[in-house]
Amino acid sequence: MKDAGFIFGSYIVTLGAILMFAVATLRRARDSSQSVDEKDKTWL
Amino acid sequence: MSQVLQRTSPTGTRATKVIGALAILVMAWVVVSGLILSPQDVVQGESVRIMYVHVPSAWIAYLAFIFTAVASASWLISKKHSMGFDRFAGASAEVGVMFMAITLITGSLWGRLTWGEFWQWDPRLTTTAFLFVTYVGYLAVRRLEGSVEQRARRSAVVAMLAVLEIPLVHFSVVLWRSLHQGATVLNPNGDVKMDDLMLFTLFSGVVGFTLVFVWLVLHRQRTMLLVDVANRRGLDAAIAARQSEGSVN
Repeated sequence: MKDAGFIFGSYIVTLGAILMFAVATLRRARDSSQSVDEKDKTWL
Repeated sequence: MSQVLQRTSPTGTRATKVIGALAILVMAWVVVSGLILSPQDVVQGESVRIMYVHVPSAWIAYLAFIFTAVASASWLISKKHSMGFDRFAGASAEVGVMFMAITLITGSLWGRLTWGEFWQWDPRLTTTAFLFVTYVGYLAVRRLEGSVEQRARRSAVVAMLAVLEIPLVHFSVVLWRSLHQGATVLNPNGDVKMDDLMLFTLFSGVVGFTLVFVWLVLHRQRTMLLVDVANRRGLDAAIAARQSEGSVN
């Protein structure tokens, strides 16, 4: 494939950014969750 | 099983698991079709493959910022001033900024292949960069000192003003002479000149990115709630400690 570096690069940037955001969010949730009661987790 | 899920993902529910699984499936299809199955474009050649992530990320960034404005307006209008609206607005803006950054980076990679330059001070590119910077500013406003109510009020006003930039960005290719191509799918005469598989891959991208957006916003706004509750607990404990110090003295 011509210009494969640019094309694969754009997919890596996209999926990498989404994955990093998701992991950071879940990690932050896990850290904050320990000091919060179950009754405050309104989605459960 | 639910306890294991709660330990690994305290903000997860059955619904977010289903949305997450669907998002992974659709995104996997977009990658396979975008990189391998779909044909190259007659004019753009192989660089058209970047469009399958660039265009959906731009659309979802617009959607995220509109959602932020709607949630902000709901917070301002509602009598109860439910903080849920504020958290949805903030979560949506964060995800929107991420998709806008993806749009700018993938767009510059495509520009290098098509125009020979990573960046041009073209109306569409410039207004998009301006929109990105505006929402980075919105996120900075959310981090200013003050109560959660002050945060909600300030950021809601900024969100209501910032969303007015979106029509300017979208119609910049019509209003000014622009290097950036006009709308291929959402063009005024409704005549879409695209190969069926290319069009299907593009729409799959929109569906996949929308699922990712919903999943991220749900988890992020729940995380914001956890942080707000934890901060409130910390503040209450600090006040109680000072009060007990005062009573001892």
